[in-house]
Amino acid sequence: MISFQNVNKVYGDHLVALENVNFTIKPNEFVSLVGRNGAGKSTIIKLLIGEEKPTKGRIIFGPYEVNKLKPHELSILRRQIGIVFQDFRLLPTKNAYENVAFALEVEGRPQSEIDQFVPQVLDMVGLSHRAYNFPHELSGGEKQRVAIARAMIHRPAVLVADEPTGNLDPINTAEIIKLILKINELGTTVILVTHNKDIVNAIHRRVISVDSGRIIRDEEKGKYILA
Amino acid sequence: MVTTLYRIIKYGMKSFFRNGWQSVPTLSVMTLAMFVFLSLMLFNVFTNDVLVSLRDKIDISVYFQQTVSEDDILRVQRSLESLAEVKSVTYVSRDQALAAFRQRHQDDPTITQALDVLGENPLSASLNIKANDPKDFPVIAAYLGGDSLKPMIDQVTYNQNQVVIDRLASIVDTSQRAGIALTVILSIIAILVTLNTIILTIYSTRDEIGVMRLVGAGNKFIRGPYIVQGVLFGVFAAVLAIVIMMPIMYAASPYVRILLPDIDLQGYFYGNMGMLFGYELIFGILLGSVSSVIAVSRYLKL
Repeated sequence: MISFQNVNKVYGDHLVALENVNFTIKPNEFVSLVGRNGAGKSTIIKLLIGEEKPTKGRIIFGPYEVNKLKPHELSILRRQIGIVFQDFRLLPTKNAYENVAFALEVEGRPQSEIDQFVPQVLDMVGLSHRAYNFPHELSGGEKQRVAIARAMIHRPAVLVADEPTGNLDPINTAEIIKLILKINELGTTVILVTHNKDIVNAIHRRVISVDSGRIIRDEEKGKYILA
Repeated sequence: MVTTLYRIIKYGMKSFFRNGWQSVPTLSVMTLAMFVFLSLMLFNVFTNDVLVSLRDKIDISVYFQQTVSEDDILRVQRSLESLAEVKSVTYVSRDQALAAFRQRHQDDPTITQALDVLGENPLSASLNIKANDPKDFPVIAAYLGGDSLKPMIDQVTYNQNQVVIDRLASIVDTSQRAGIALTVILSIIAILVTLNTIILTIYSTRDEIGVMRLVGAGNKFIRGPYIVQGVLFGVFAAVLAIVIMMPIMYAASPYVRILLPDIDLQGYFYGNMGMLFGYELIFGILLGSVSSVIAVSRYLKL
């Protein structure tokens, strides 16, 4: 359902971020994208959600050819992808409930659905008791769970988690990864960007390794190896 | 669509009231802008009233030969009234002129005695002519100088007052033009300052705009609440400016009355409260919403 075909991305004149990247992700797969800082992981994500345009090549997401979408079509694409970031990126002026509800509101879903789904998802991430707290009143782990709830509330086909545990302690990290695995089991494709070796080695799923803008390894049930 | 509109309004209001102290600087600057706008409106009304009352005091008097009959004078009055430039013509008969003269000098025994000794009425009948515009007096004077009227007329005061009238006419013109220029310049400054303040306010939320886009919010859905917020700023600023103006009007009104007895500034302020507030609202809402649109659009570029 996701496929990168001969994708190149050059910033400016000669800063090569990606070179000839090819991969395909099937529905319901769990893929870890690993690599050093600056290897090109984030660029791949940015290209997938249309934040950047490739210099060359095609990016297919379901029925869309992402590299050809116009700005107003991008918002429709993004509603089918749930995104979780290392720095949470919650809306600071909205409380947890409203942050989660926002993802439904942008689609113009009726209030009845919001009233029904938001408590369900908050319950799933274990944050029912924090629904009316604002982001600055939540701990890192709690913020990330709100972010995951927001990413999942509209049942996207794909969850992109860009270093979701980068700012978390080991216990919270384990809980967040457990949550993401559960989401995958429920039928959502997951792309996990990380450089946490322990996580990648523990979950025994497909690993795509990126280095200097190239894919150097793509293995089913892979390990975190950067040589 | 209705749900979306409702949400846009709801979030606009929520962020306006939740921001609390963060809204104070923006609100202050906008209130200041609205206050300047309100002052300019009042200033223009004030100068206008002063000019109208000054203009009202300008007139030409035509004194007729004593031999001319009242019927002839009234005919001249009617013909003058038919001129487009003429606002009003008042007839003062010889008897009325004498009565007024006696009234004015009743405390001066020499003059009253002199009149009594004289026995007959030495004054002429006259017509007092007011023009719609001081600039029109030369036209009226020219009409009076025409061949048909000339033999009847003893004296026209215009020629004596010409310099004063001309100067007054030019003062009237200049001050109105200056008022308009002042309004335009100060309004532009107020608009730019407000625009800049709102841009800064929204600049502090640019990350938020980025997050909204990543979650898949369309541009309208992002822009909407900011516009609602801008409109609310405008409404509150308009109310505040009016409230601040109240004590100022109360304090300033007596001084203005000493200067110009005809003008009741406070009375005008309260009498036209509806209209003034209406203009303030329109100006405030436009200023707030347009500033928001401009400010947000800078962060919506893809």
